[in-house]
Amino acid sequence: MDGLKLYKGKLKVINVGLEAFGHDLESLAVPVMQVDWKPPMEVETEAMSLITKNYESKIREANAQALEIINQGKPVLIGMGVALDTIPGMHKDLILHAGPPITWDKMCGPMRGAVIGALLYENRAKTAEEAEKLAASGEIKYEPCHEHGAVGPMAGIISASMPVFILKNETFGNLSYATQNEGLGKVLRYGAFSPEVINRLRWMDAVLYPVLSRAIAHLGQIDLQSLIAQALHMGDEVHNRNRAGTSLLIRQLAPALLKTMEKVEDTAAVLDFINGNDHFFLNLSMPACKCVLDAARNIPYSSVAVVMARNGTDFGVQLSGTGNKWFTGAALVPDALYFPGYTKEDANPDIGDSAITETGGLGAFAIAAAPAIVQFVGGSASDALSYTESMYEICYGESVKYQIPALDFRGTPLGIDVVKVIENNLVPVIDTGVAHKNPGVGQVGAGVVKAPAEPFIKAYHALADTLKQGD
Amino acid sequence: MIAKAKIIKGMYLDSVKLMLISKELRGLQGVEDAVAIMATKENKDILAATGMLVEEAKTAKDSEIVVVVKAQDEPKAESAMQKAEELLTAPVKKRSGDKAHPGSIQAAVRDLDGADICLISVAGKYAAAEANKALDMGLHVMLFSDNVSVAEELYLKQKAVDKGLLMMGPDCGTAIINGVPLAFSNVMQAGHIGLVSASGTGLQEVCAGIAHRGEGISQAFGTGGRDGKNAIGGLMLCSCLDFLMQDADTKVIVLIAKTPDAEIQAKLWEKIGQSSKPVVVNFLKDMEVPPIADMQYCNSLEETAAIACAVLRGDKPMYPEGEGYPLPKPIAGRKYIRALYSGGTLCYEAMQMYKRRRGHYPKSNIASETEFMLKDVWHSEGDCFIDMGADDFTVGRPHPMIDFTLRLKKIAEEAVHKDVAVILLDVVLGYGSHINPAKELVPVLQGLDKEIVVVCHVLGTEDDPQHLHEQVKALKDAGARVFTSHRRAVAEALDIVEQGGV
Repeated sequence: MDGLKLYKGKLKVINVGLEAFGHDLESLAVPVMQVDWKPPMEVETEAMSLITKNYESKIREANAQALEIINQGKPVLIGMGVALDTIPGMHKDLILHAGPPITWDKMCGPMRGAVIGALLYENRAKTAEEAEKLAASGEIKYEPCHEHGAVGPMAGIISASMPVFILKNETFGNLSYATQNEGLGKVLRYGAFSPEVINRLRWMDAVLYPVLSRAIAHLGQIDLQSLIAQALHMGDEVHNRNRAGTSLLIRQLAPALLKTMEKVEDTAAVLDFINGNDHFFLNLSMPACKCVLDAARNIPYSSVAVVMARNGTDFGVQLSGTGNKWFTGAALVPDALYFPGYTKEDANPDIGDSAITETGGLGAFAIAAAPAIVQFVGGSASDALSYTESMYEICYGESVKYQIPALDFRGTPLGIDVVKVIENNLVPVIDTGVAHKNPGVGQVGAGVVKAPAEPFIKAYHALADTLKQGD
Repeated sequence: MIAKAKIIKGMYLDSVKLMLISKELRGLQGVEDAVAIMATKENKDILAATGMLVEEAKTAKDSEIVVVVKAQDEPKAESAMQKAEELLTAPVKKRSGDKAHPGSIQAAVRDLDGADICLISVAGKYAAAEANKALDMGLHVMLFSDNVSVAEELYLKQKAVDKGLLMMGPDCGTAIINGVPLAFSNVMQAGHIGLVSASGTGLQEVCAGIAHRGEGISQAFGTGGRDGKNAIGGLMLCSCLDFLMQDADTKVIVLIAKTPDAEIQAKLWEKIGQSSKPVVVNFLKDMEVPPIADMQYCNSLEETAAIACAVLRGDKPMYPEGEGYPLPKPIAGRKYIRALYSGGTLCYEAMQMYKRRRGHYPKSNIASETEFMLKDVWHSEGDCFIDMGADDFTVGRPHPMIDFTLRLKKIAEEAVHKDVAVILLDVVLGYGSHINPAKELVPVLQGLDKEIVVVCHVLGTEDDPQHLHEQVKALKDAGARVFTSHRRAVAEALDIVEQGGV
């Protein structure tokens, strides 16, 4: 203690509370920043005092470590394989799904539809009715993608025969997986299972997979970190907009596709398919975030979220400091723009592992980089800037590799800190597609959705418990 | 029902923009469904699937926008079509440059480069947590909020002391730091008197007294009223005293505190004993003080200001000539003072002065002895000194320095009693306070029984936003006896009732 350190010069004041005090200072030409203050979320007093006591020490140290790991992570695409041979723990009766754990009886329409589709695709059933019976029989097991190093958009269904991308976090060596993106319209991930859906999946096995697989093998690996960084500068946030990312990917692949070409029709069909699917890159941006965040798991006392994921029924969160525990709450229905003929009435609650992009500092957290889709957040470019800026309030740090041109190349908000979520009473926002609530229909809109508060409140209490035990 | 389609060539709009336009069209009266969409093959399939691919739309090409409207009748469809064109060609609104306010102290620190102090006035329940965050961010804190527990206050002050930061408050209403008046503070010139005070209006009164004598201040720290209690240990009083003892701009130190606990007093005396600068002390109580060189103990806030200025200049304390109000003729039966204060310390000082003259305290809602406690704060009896800034009157209401409503009502009520001789008031100017108190008071004062004498103390400086001079003049014109020194206002009130032969 060296006594009070008060330096002469013009005072600069932060005003929390009565705005009149701030106005008085402004009239004196004193620089003032008014805080738009809200009371924190309601949590148990004991938990809050434990967290407050340890926030500047144990928690901050742990979070700094988590952020360093996340910032150092480097996602690269290293190859492809079939889920059964590639994803750890995969077996023929296992179906992986998006979000936190869920049983067949609790699954929402689109997820059930996707399971039915997967069983048809796996030739485990001949009709939808048969598939449904098998799905409910207990023979088929369901586990979250996230518990197998994988992620899946929307229903996120991965079954044993599906080809998957294999990504590696080059810095830490851990792997992640995701299927190939099927495009828009009637697709499995939105719960559609009509013959055209199954046929497309079979084409993806027979043509898309081998063609891409050869090209990737020829290249050795593709640096996804660099592609994502460039895509952000080209108007993507790599969740709801992947046009630049997909284009950049094709540029990288094109020479290798030609060099490894076996049938010109196949290669042309592959290029056509990717060209017709602006979201192709999503199934790479997601596992890219996944392998980076997985490396930051299990740091005791860290309040940084490593997973946000939804299964269409529940929204789940996992923290670095609370191991493999899921904290869940009911998923909300997105506030979206709907395709012609559909309304909010048709919408399923929020679904998919794609919130891994927001968890990794992208998606809605980087929406200021994607002016083309700002209509989702109110319509003006300044709305998008405000969205991203508000997310800094709940993040521990900023990305050192992904920047937003419109914010003077500031790094994207990174490392959702559950303590800040509670204290600032501000939940993460997520860009999302909207699935029809009934199986088999498909996508009906797109927009943004707020995470529910409940999982964060539960996670906060659980983190406080680890501090209690640690004392 | 009628369906219409229109193809728009040579225009490209993002699909999201088109979805927004579609949404707006669907909301029009008489429109059953509507869509504006790029006519790609995939999109036309979607239109077909939802029965929107009418004949005219089928020929649209990939790069064209197609608008399809289903409406109740032809005019409705036509007006929707017009609306669609209007929306498609609408000019872009100017981007608002306004950035949203930051939602947290952490974010505000980033936005305000070089921020050094955080002023907090949120509800007490949340205030300590915010103060804690501000200290963690390395900010000095002025905590205006009250209802913060002693344990929280102690924790915050210990943390602040460890970090070399100010932790002023809780319940700190006044401070002037580096010349900036914070919350309820007066505008002061820069000068060489450094003040630290555990009393808000006490600090304001001394500052005003210094300004009236043409001097200025280096710093005016507030600590919150509990700092001098054993539970807090005088942490901020000591920290600020240490600072002022070292500070090159400070030549004279003023210490004000509503009587600290004995242990804390001892600590403070010891510190003052080490000071190489003169220290002027006022503990708002007549008491024996240890003999310390260069230390002077004062019995009133005015004296505190006068002595501080005198010590600084090396001459005698200055007390401006009286305003020279002739004593009014006593009126039979009118013998009591009813004092209605907005400043707690001023009320307290007035009660001390009363006791000096009368040997006992008047009735009050803030009496420290039960004997003098007012039975019902809403019904005055005898000589009665009421602090209307106390919780009795402020729960669910703004402070009387901001909102005069309740005090005006009380003034009128007191004036009805035939045994009341004097109504004694304080008017506190400065930032935070009501912007024109005279405007509130004058109509009420003018309406009072002429037998009642109104004595009014106006606390403020010439540079305050309310303009001291104008406030004084307006109140005088309304018939009040106005003083810019509290001590003299109270003396006037006492003189008036005493000459009546009480």
